[in-house]
Amino acid sequence: MNLRRDVFQAIADPTRRAILLLVATQSMTAGAIAASFDTARPTVSKHLRILTECELLEQKQNGREVHYHTNAKKMKEIADFIEPFRKMWDDRFNKLEDIMKNYKPTK
Amino acid sequence: MEQKTKIDAENGKQEILITREFDLPVELLFKAYEEPEIVAQWMGTKVLKLENKKHGSYIFETSDQKGNVAFVASGVIHEFVPEEKITRTFEMENTPFAAQLEFLTFEKLTHDRSKLTMHVIYKSVAVRDQILALPFAQGINMAHNRLQNIVSQLK
Repeated sequence: MNLRRDVFQAIADPTRRAILLLVATQSMTAGAIAASFDTARPTVSKHLRILTECELLEQKQNGREVHYHTNAKKMKEIADFIEPFRKMWDDRFNKLEDIMKNYKPTK
Repeated sequence: MEQKTKIDAENGKQEILITREFDLPVELLFKAYEEPEIVAQWMGTKVLKLENKKHGSYIFETSDQKGNVAFVASGVIHEFVPEEKITRTFEMENTPFAAQLEFLTFEKLTHDRSKLTMHVIYKSVAVRDQILALPFAQGINMAHNRLQNIVSQLK
């Protein structure tokens, strides 16, 4: 396996996000996924490889075919990735509220 | 615990909505945005300039724990209507991130409760996702990814 790829690098690309959305509802072969995009097939293959390397997609052998499906656990990590950002603002606003509750106008 | 601050970041969009209700009259909530000394306290930043008027501008300077300047944020003010709204741009200087547009709306709920809505629009979906992930990237101790390179440029 190549160097470990970052999930956020993976989802920064619109085609890769579209692939995740597509595969989220049903597992699909690489061919079926590629058929859903205007992009050249090698490009789609590259996206699939990146998504698989960062574990957002998993492969499953199904007879002669390989099906791709999303890795629910890894997908949840993305869902949670804005939590530290939310927490940062929550902390600031809590502080604002505390300061203003004790605010005495200097008039 | 109840989440007081809510972030609405729809997938694939280049905007977010931050909402928060305060146990404060709207006058006091707005004052926290208006008075440089108060902004400095809750934002944890130095306020070098804050011109609260149309065509005004502002500069914030944030330092790390050692007192070195970590980053400078600045922008211009397009609308400034007391106890109602502020429209401004926001940019982290010397970073790869493009400026963002912020619409702040202040609402009176009751005589001692108010609501702030911050509608932020980014240059692209990718920029939005990277900026949202910044505190995350700073929090994790994982090597060699693009986000961390960006973060290190902020230092």
